[in-house]
Amino acid sequence: MLDFEVFTQQLITGLSNGMIIALIAIGYTMVYGIIELINFAHGDVFMLGAFLALTLLGALGMEAWGPSGQVFGVALMLIGSAVFCGGLNWSLDRLAYRSLRKSSKLSLLVSAIGCSFVCMNLGLFWGGAPMEVFSNGNSAAAPKHFPAIIPQINLLGDGFLRITPADLLVFTVTIPLMVGLTIMVKRTRLGRAMRAVAQDPTAASLMGIPVDRVIGATFFIGGALGGFASVIYSLYNNTIGFQMGTRAGLDAFTAAVLGGIGSLPGAVLGGLTIGCVRSMSDQYLETRWTNTIVFCILVLILIFRPNGLLGKTRKEKV
Amino acid sequence: MSDFLLDVRNLHSSYGQIEVLGGVSLHVTEGEIVSLIGANGAGKSTTLMSISQVVQPRSGDVRFAGESILGLRPDEVIRRGLVQVPEGRRVFPRMTVLENLMMGAYLRNDTAGVEHDLGKVYELFSVLKERGSQIAGTLSGGEQQMLAIGRALLSKPRLLMMDEPSMGIAPILVSRIFAAIRQLNSEGLTVLLVEQNARAALGLSARGYVLETGAIQFEGPSSELLSDPRIQSAYLGD
Ligand SMILES: Nc1ncnc2c1ncn2[C@@H]1O[C@H](COP(=O)(O)OP(=O)(O)OP(=O)(O)O)[C@@H](O)[C@H]1O
Ligand SMILES: [Mg+2]
Repeated sequence: MLDFEVFTQQLITGLSNGMIIALIAIGYTMVYGIIELINFAHGDVFMLGAFLALTLLGALGMEAWGPSGQVFGVALMLIGSAVFCGGLNWSLDRLAYRSLRKSSKLSLLVSAIGCSFVCMNLGLFWGGAPMEVFSNGNSAAAPKHFPAIIPQINLLGDGFLRITPADLLVFTVTIPLMVGLTIMVKRTRLGRAMRAVAQDPTAASLMGIPVDRVIGATFFIGGALGGFASVIYSLYNNTIGFQMGTRAGLDAFTAAVLGGIGSLPGAVLGGLTIGCVRSMSDQYLETRWTNTIVFCILVLILIFRPNGLLGKTRKEKV
Repeated sequence: MSDFLLDVRNLHSSYGQIEVLGGVSLHVTEGEIVSLIGANGAGKSTTLMSISQVVQPRSGDVRFAGESILGLRPDEVIRRGLVQVPEGRRVFPRMTVLENLMMGAYLRNDTAGVEHDLGKVYELFSVLKERGSQIAGTLSGGEQQMLAIGRALLSKPRLLMMDEPSMGIAPILVSRIFAAIRQLNSEGLTVLLVEQNARAALGLSARGYVLETGAIQFEGPSSELLSDPRIQSAYLGD
């Protein structure tokens, strides 16, 4: 195998993981854009989405379904986790954040950290569920195997380079979601209301925009994107665990900051960058350095370019 | 029973523990221009925000067109035709001029009516038509004020409350804006005008109120207020 092929392979992996990170990053960036809160619980909401997907997979016995049945199964998990994560994120806003809107940003942040712990512990609890897909005789905290119900074949035939149906799934799910979201924010009534609330909530309420409901919708959409991400992440990486939200959250948050927090295209650019940095680091350094490198990137951006790559002009903030 | 379009009775409002309005009463009759003047921090903006139900009053009543609107959501207040142009203009800085105007029509479904009102706004402030695709944050202060007024007009107001439309604007544009207020009023719009520029406001209005630390201290026909020596020394710089 040639160096060039190794590099290209890592690039494919990096871009696939990057798209997943980007989808999570959009959830951070949308919520930050509208209420200037780093929703620390977002990564854990994502984790719970993966647990729901695995639960559905196990409860419905999807592993035994035929190929076309499994396509349906993937769609079912995507929709289930999206609705679940959207609803959960919406509930966090409703229960834990809304009453703190007029308090200091710090109270809100502390509340978000609290929500993160609560969700993580829910995941730990859930991991002990008496289901075959969860237990395998291990503890609740142990990482769970997520069955590869989409075929692990190489679409490029027998060459060294591999593009699998999982790679394809990542792109066929993420790209339409991102395009759809961009159109939604630009063109729809809800999108206009979201931009108005992000730019000036008082003025927005003087236009008759129901500010709290628009913020709730933003949480729902951001959470739902995290839910989609959780299913494709699980199908792509085949391992989930109650702490996965922390690492995915760190990656996605770094991506959002790198791209310029509040910027949708920035979140995508940042996600792809972090995905590629991770895969290159895994290949050319050592996997144990990868998280450190991501953390260093976060610190360096916060010090030297806090507005991120695309955040400088502050063009589109939602 | 009253025939007032807007009737504010003994309104109390606070921010946290700090009471800002200690019983404000004022009224506006259909077709009038009424000015509300007062020094910095007197509570003028808080009065308007309490009327719009963006700030929840502690007690008192706000009646519009014969019904209490106390406790309604801000959008329900706007639907009834009680619209505010906020202090400092508050245009959406990263939206275009046209997008800003259309935000004013957020609650409306009558496309034809919105088009018609947009045409009227363009007649009033032609610069808004020329700059339709400009990002609002890059407009001058005066242009932003015109945009804020145009945006409010697209909410189809019966009564328009304006909070210091002359703030930070070149004198030439101030007279343009005041002329526009006069014209809108002659076409039937009722106006409650909050101003620190007391002379200009009282020159435009038929009646006025003077707010001092959360309570109305003087009220009466504008001409009387203009000639009152206490008001002259405190607010008119004589
Ligand atoms: N959001 C707020 N939180 C706490 N206090 C506030 C808030 N807004 C206004 N205040 C206080 O309430 C008082 C009245 O403020 P308000 O803005 O209503 O005055 P104003 O008459 O409009 O003044 P100006 O002419 O400067 O606009 C002031 O003492 C101000 O500091
Ligand atoms: Mg004020």
